[in-house]
Amino acid sequence: METKDRTSGAETSAPWLVLNHLSKSYGPVQALMDFSMTVAPGEVIGIVGENGAGKSTLMKILGGVILPDSGSITVDGVAHAGFSVADSMGAGIAFVHQELNLFDNLDVAGNVLIGREKRQGGLLSLLDRRAQRDAVTPLLKRVGATFSADTPVANLSLAQCQMVEIAKALSMDARLVILDEPTSSLPMAETEKLLDVIADLKRAGIAVIFITHRLHEIERSADRVVALRDGRLAGGLPRAEITHDRMVKLMIGRDLKRDAAHGDRPVGAVVLSARGIRTPTRPTKAVDLDLHGGEILGLAGLVGAGRTELARVFFGVDRPLGGTITLNGQPARLRTTTDAVKAGIFLVPEDRKLNGVLLDLPISENISLPNLPAHARRGLVSRLLEMRTAETQRTNLAIKTKTLSNPARSLSGGNQQKVVLAKWLAMKPRVLIFDEPTRGIDIGAKAEIYRLMRELADSGVAILMISSDMEEVIGASDRIAVMHEGAISGYLSPAEFSEENVLLLAVGKKIQDNVAA
Amino acid sequence: MNKKDLGLLTLIIVVGVIVAILNPRFLLPINISNTANLVGLFGLSAIGQSFVIITGGIELSVGSVIALVGVLFVDFVANEGVPWPLAVVLMLALGALIGIIHGLLITKLKLQPFIVTLCGLLIYRGVARFYTQDGTAGFGFGQNFPVLNWLTVGRSYGVPHSFIAMLIVGVIMWIVLHRSVFGRYLFAVGKNEEAARYSGIRTHQVIIWAYIICQILTAIAAMYFAMYTGSISPASQGNFYELYAIAAAVLGGFSLRGGEGSLVGVILGVVLLQELQNLVNLLGIPSSLNFAVMGTVILIGVTVDQQWGNLRARFRPRSAA
Repeated sequence: METKDRTSGAETSAPWLVLNHLSKSYGPVQALMDFSMTVAPGEVIGIVGENGAGKSTLMKILGGVILPDSGSITVDGVAHAGFSVADSMGAGIAFVHQELNLFDNLDVAGNVLIGREKRQGGLLSLLDRRAQRDAVTPLLKRVGATFSADTPVANLSLAQCQMVEIAKALSMDARLVILDEPTSSLPMAETEKLLDVIADLKRAGIAVIFITHRLHEIERSADRVVALRDGRLAGGLPRAEITHDRMVKLMIGRDLKRDAAHGDRPVGAVVLSARGIRTPTRPTKAVDLDLHGGEILGLAGLVGAGRTELARVFFGVDRPLGGTITLNGQPARLRTTTDAVKAGIFLVPEDRKLNGVLLDLPISENISLPNLPAHARRGLVSRLLEMRTAETQRTNLAIKTKTLSNPARSLSGGNQQKVVLAKWLAMKPRVLIFDEPTRGIDIGAKAEIYRLMRELADSGVAILMISSDMEEVIGASDRIAVMHEGAISGYLSPAEFSEENVLLLAVGKKIQDNVAA
Repeated sequence: MNKKDLGLLTLIIVVGVIVAILNPRFLLPINISNTANLVGLFGLSAIGQSFVIITGGIELSVGSVIALVGVLFVDFVANEGVPWPLAVVLMLALGALIGIIHGLLITKLKLQPFIVTLCGLLIYRGVARFYTQDGTAGFGFGQNFPVLNWLTVGRSYGVPHSFIAMLIVGVIMWIVLHRSVFGRYLFAVGKNEEAARYSGIRTHQVIIWAYIICQILTAIAAMYFAMYTGSISPASQGNFYELYAIAAAVLGGFSLRGGEGSLVGVILGVVLLQELQNLVNLLGIPSSLNFAVMGTVILIGVTVDQQWGNLRARFRPRSAA
């Protein structure tokens, strides 16, 4: 994979935006403490920090949504004590949020110019579609978009939607574009495109703040790194010193031990075996896959390769068009999720908030939900049994909460993911499927999830881990299967693990030289 | 009882005290007994409705089912000579069948509950009117079936049996909704059907059962209404009753988005609605204003409830970002 230096030839000029000693507290919680930084034109700044480190508070202050308790923001030498939303927009600060704010019933131009539509016809105030298109087309060209201004947003991929958001920022003459977790749901190839767009913005003298948990991307694109820890500035790194390990050390205040060597582990018998599985999205392609007990099989591939569809078939959410699934050598009938749960096949889904947890229900009720009859006497739920299970899982997984009767909504992303895991660990898993297990989760919780996966595998559970995060696939798997357009394009053994090999298989090519069989 | 239920109870008592001061006849045993009868009748159907609302659905055919089951029941018992216990079982079976059909259409064919039950509203009303040739099914047969009469319109120590029936159903359904595994599934499906499915719950089954329960309780209510009114004109019997039930559930703290509500709440909602009806009569307000009073009070109640939540949120210390 190309790893060209995207920052070469950058000369940064004097900062125009200065944050002076910002502090903000919510009751007893000090969300931000005496934080200062500067932004110069054309600077790409990576901001890293665990969840709760103060990143979102900082962003809200920059957006003018909340006011700091003390400190000020200086724009072009003018200090603002109360930095409002209007001040923020006036300063040319534009946000591209993790959750995109686009109207998918409008076309691209309609979204870029929302609220500032080009009009015609005087009093009738009709939409001037041609003027809209003419205004937006050059912006799209600047962000390297290949779609036209009248494409409906509903037809765009996630990465393309982000380009629309960036085009929108450009249309408002942004001087600083803040990207909040822009790549967390992007496949590898689209991430590349986004990094290119960042480089273009930089060349045009626009500053970029890039917030992500994917440190690898910061390593490649940022001019400098600002790390937050517990609401304070934990330190900064200039371009030459940005490495994964140094960023982690700043974020968590200590070294993170990487998962030890994988590979020479004894692999158990085949637990789950799929033959000729075809799904409605790609009816002509068939998947054959063997999953062994005690292994973590990483399933890599571009988004749309059919990985999630396969997981849904294994978990009984969708019925396959054809093919057979056997579990421990016996044909398995997986017509509903109930069948899958009974068979001991569990899924930790990709979209935690939509499919993983019930946000408004207490943590304890989330954990007991799949196995409620075991927590009931004569059909009536026993809160005692329920609490006992939840308490065990809380200790087991170190779920951080004051009380288990709090709604799952009150937890951080990492802890919500632990709740999803807890409901399955409270039963006896045979096969555990993780779909993007650490998306949007901070680095400390990530390490815990990997450790849990490893422990489960060691206890004999067969684990299938779908992931678009290259570091994760290579770092946590015992074996990697790569999907390409609805079929498995190849397997990699640990000796063959490399980003190049995964990408080659993901785009449907063969690996050049097999290092080991 | 949660806080919402307590608030509603307080409102019921406050309104009651005001009405009693303005017109002491409010507290006469006969007035209270008659109101209790109406609470029982409407309560039975409102409890059924709340099971559907908890799943995020809605059942608009209730009033028409009350008419259809009413005319069939009266005709079977009075004219066709069907033994009344058998007729009761047949009516319950008809309710269950309607519930199954609605549930299947909504889950398997993915039709919207509003549309399915709106069509039901039209269909069952039409069938009821056709069955009786739009004639009023009148009967003075109460004396001929003393046991049936005692069970439905009888009173013990002045307490109407419809009210007692509602209490019994209420207790059973409270246990089902708030203590049973099935009740948990109902709330889970109502909150987030997809997440419930991803927890291995048979969400379709749960939803179908909610419609079955609703229609069985509606059939019970229909027979009570039929025995109470004594004559049934199929064009008007039960008109708007689904809306009374929905209003009671909303007053009782149910969210039409699903996943929220308590059984005590819906019963208190029914009590408040009947209290308001009674108030219109006792205070000499023109009865044509009946609906207007009811609508105004529901609107105020729901608005206050909503704003109360906002106010509390504003003064609560905010949690950290």
